[in-house]
Amino acid sequence: MAVCVAVIAKENYPLYIRSVPTQNELKFHYTVHTSLDVVEEKVSAVGKALPDQRELYLGLLYPTEDYKVYGYVTNSKVKFVIVVDSSNTSLRDNEIRSMFRKLHSSFTDVMCNPFYNPGDTIQSKSFDSIVSAMMVQSS
Amino acid sequence: MESLTLSDVEQKYYSDLFVYCDVDNTKKVASNGKVLDLFRAAQLSNDVVLQITELCGATRLGHFGRSQFYIALKLIALAQSGLPLRVESLNSVKDLPLPRFVVGKNEQESRHTAMYPDTENQGPYSSVIPRPPGRVPAKKLSTHEVIQPCQLTSTDNPDTTSPVVSPHQSPPTSPHAWRKHKRQASGGAVDRPPAVAGAAWPPFREAQPGTHCDGMWASHSPPPVQESWVSFTDTPPSSTLPAVHPSSAQESTTVRTVASAATTNEIQRQASGYEDPWKITDEQRQYYINQFKTIQPDLTGFIPGSAAKEFFTKSKLPILELSHIWELSDFDKDGALTLDEFCAAFHLVVARKNGYDLPEKLPESLMPKLIDLDDSAVPESAPEVGFSSSPVEVTPNKSPSMPSLNQNWPELNQSNEQWETFSERSSSSQTLTQFDSNIAPADPDTAIVHPVPIRMTPSKIHMQEMELKRTASDHTHPTSPLMAKPPELSEEKKLAAIKFPGSTVGDGYSSSDSFTSDQEPISSAVTRQRSHSGTSPEGLKAVAPPPPPPRPHASHSRSSSLDMNRNFTAVAAGQQAGVVAFPPAVPPRPLPTQTSVPHGHRPVDGDGLPAHSSTSPQQMPEQPNFADFSQFQVFAVEHGPLCSVQVEKGVDAAGAVRATKNDTQAEERTPATVNSAKGSTPLAPPPKPVRRRLKSEDELRPDVEDHPQKSSVVPGVLATQASIPRSIGKDKKAIQASIRRNKETNTVLARLNSELQQQLKDLLEERISLEVQLEQLRPFSHL
Repeated sequence: MAVCVAVIAKENYPLYIRSVPTQNELKFHYTVHTSLDVVEEKVSAVGKALPDQRELYLGLLYPTEDYKVYGYVTNSKVKFVIVVDSSNTSLRDNEIRSMFRKLHSSFTDVMCNPFYNPGDTIQSKSFDSIVSAMMVQSS
Repeated sequence: MESLTLSDVEQKYYSDLFVYCDVDNTKKVASNGKVLDLFRAAQLSNDVVLQITELCGATRLGHFGRSQFYIALKLIALAQSGLPLRVESLNSVKDLPLPRFVVGKNEQESRHTAMYPDTENQGPYSSVIPRPPGRVPAKKLSTHEVIQPCQLTSTDNPDTTSPVVSPHQSPPTSPHAWRKHKRQASGGAVDRPPAVAGAAWPPFREAQPGTHCDGMWASHSPPPVQESWVSFTDTPPSSTLPAVHPSSAQESTTVRTVASAATTNEIQRQASGYEDPWKITDEQRQYYINQFKTIQPDLTGFIPGSAAKEFFTKSKLPILELSHIWELSDFDKDGALTLDEFCAAFHLVVARKNGYDLPEKLPESLMPKLIDLDDSAVPESAPEVGFSSSPVEVTPNKSPSMPSLNQNWPELNQSNEQWETFSERSSSSQTLTQFDSNIAPADPDTAIVHPVPIRMTPSKIHMQEMELKRTASDHTHPTSPLMAKPPELSEEKKLAAIKFPGSTVGDGYSSSDSFTSDQEPISSAVTRQRSHSGTSPEGLKAVAPPPPPPRPHASHSRSSSLDMNRNFTAVAAGQQAGVVAFPPAVPPRPLPTQTSVPHGHRPVDGDGLPAHSSTSPQQMPEQPNFADFSQFQVFAVEHGPLCSVQVEKGVDAAGAVRATKNDTQAEERTPATVNSAKGSTPLAPPPKPVRRRLKSEDELRPDVEDHPQKSSVVPGVLATQASIPRSIGKDKKAIQASIRRNKETNTVLARLNSELQQQLKDLLEERISLEVQLEQLRPFSHL
């Protein structure tokens, strides 16, 4: 039930960002950008412990009155951010986790494509379709 | 509209046509434009087309649904056969030939073909295929005719029997062909499908088309026709692709290819009306295989992504499209291409070069076979005969469960394996819960897996996941500990002198982590023991064995049964610091009695002990008191009730342990308490283990009169274990854990200490003796 899905590279520039088009996309871009700070904070906090213990799923980054932002970071510091509308029936944590897993696996598939240069924006149709599936459910 | 009954052949043909018209991929509606094109290609007059449209109900609905489409096709067949268009005749006319459509790029051709009356088309049972413009007079048009048009250049090639294909045809010659066709004998009408219009394949500039003609027209019935179509369409005239492959008997199609992308594309597109455009012909496949070999000589091997990238970049397609093609064709997402994947990718490249749009998902015919199927055609019904690639057995297995499992089972997520692993992966997701061995990998220390059937419970999967998350040993089923005991015992025995049986023993019951896993396979317990045992010797030498994995308290809620929780809680407690949740009822009888006994039996412990005791005076005072106790208690602390037996193997260890444990014991409890029966008070549970220890102590110290008691108690203990109240909270666990750790450390150090002291003693003695000798000799030297 995502309203916006974003994939951010290690250097904190977006590889892929997509929102439900009806909404003001700029607002989501901004939200995702601010959420990066929270991600960094969480990553560094946990990072003190052994890397093994660092979980990929970061959980709720921060809620606002309109929506909630969830984060997930891969081992290569690629971040996935999902913005969910609060008005929706609140999704269970597991559902969010499964969404991230799907994203991660789909992202891995994109990476495996030899024609994809890491650092390029993601233009894969299959990735798009998976993201659409996630976003469509919500609305 | 009345219901329509179609023969199999018709059904297949119509559905293919429908798919062809279904450009929006809606599967329900054929786009009007396409349908009308198709109807026009049927060479019927406009008003007939209109009539048909009306009859089938499309005008009513405004669009062509599947049923309307089928009805329309049937009506077209009727019309083409010259029969009056009537709804009633839809089902009544038997043996109606399939509607024929003409694919005519060339207006001329159409005109030409139109010239020929339908009557000639009567009765051709030939399957209709979008043929080149011009109709095919049924039988007469055998391949020759077809060929004729094809062989424009060599127009005079009356060689009907041998479908010669001239690589280059030019449209203008088609009329020529037509002229000829009349003459043609239906060369091989029987085996050569009475096909279709041989008219012109103008677009077939390349010989390909010609070859296609041959092959294709081999169709007496759909399959070959389809096949040929396929081949035609599939072999876009990219430069080196071999042309079609003739499926029919007489094909002599020579391969051609010249690329005239545009025309062939057009034809192909139109032609692919009812044919799956994505089939790979044998020749194409052969070509692809050859190409594959140039990159990777081993046909069962993989082409790595980088090599594939270079190869396909040569085709000059835009990277984005190549990327899409890759996504489609790399079935197992492993970054490498198998032969099948490579063929699919190559095919897509070729199609794209010829102007085909890339599909959104991989067409079935291109899907790599997960299992090695017999490639021979005729997999399904007749129409399918010609297809060169067998249908895929298994659909791609990217089940949604896989991603979720991937994290948990990284070792299974090897997508770059052969196809077999693909299915294994899928199956593994279902079999995870069945196989014990899946749990073993979670514990890296163990190499051996004790095969134990897993009980399936609802929480099984979860438990497995939990298991994976922590490398902790799992609970053993309440009943299983008993079973586990023997194996544990044997293992313990083997290991001998294990200092920290506690951990291992504890594992037997261990609830170290998973409270939830009530039915953890014994194997995990066993393996855990082994790992601990394995580490204990090292632990002795260096550091204490790794602390038990953290208990997932959160998981507590998942425990299947109250009893289990209780058990595990109790066990864990016991394991941790010897403070097992044994029934408080069991009095620490052994303690007081043992304290009284101890001294006498010290020697049993071995040489080290006396020395030890002498050297560690501070410990001595307590040692007597603790003598057996400490041993027992310590062990009790260390081990669960189970391991007591094995633990005692190491006498030295015992001794050292005793000494050290004394300290630890002392720390934990006042010596006084130890001496007295109250010793048990601080730790009600320990007595239990102590009792167990007693059992083993029997071997070491004969004097344990309590032992019989204890041994009798042991079974009681065991029995009670199950009923250990949950009262002992986890709050003790932390303390117990730390206590145990400290004890272990103490043990190690104590042993070391004792050994060193022994050595010191020896050295001192030597020194003394040497000095004495020196003294004796010195006077001599003086003298």
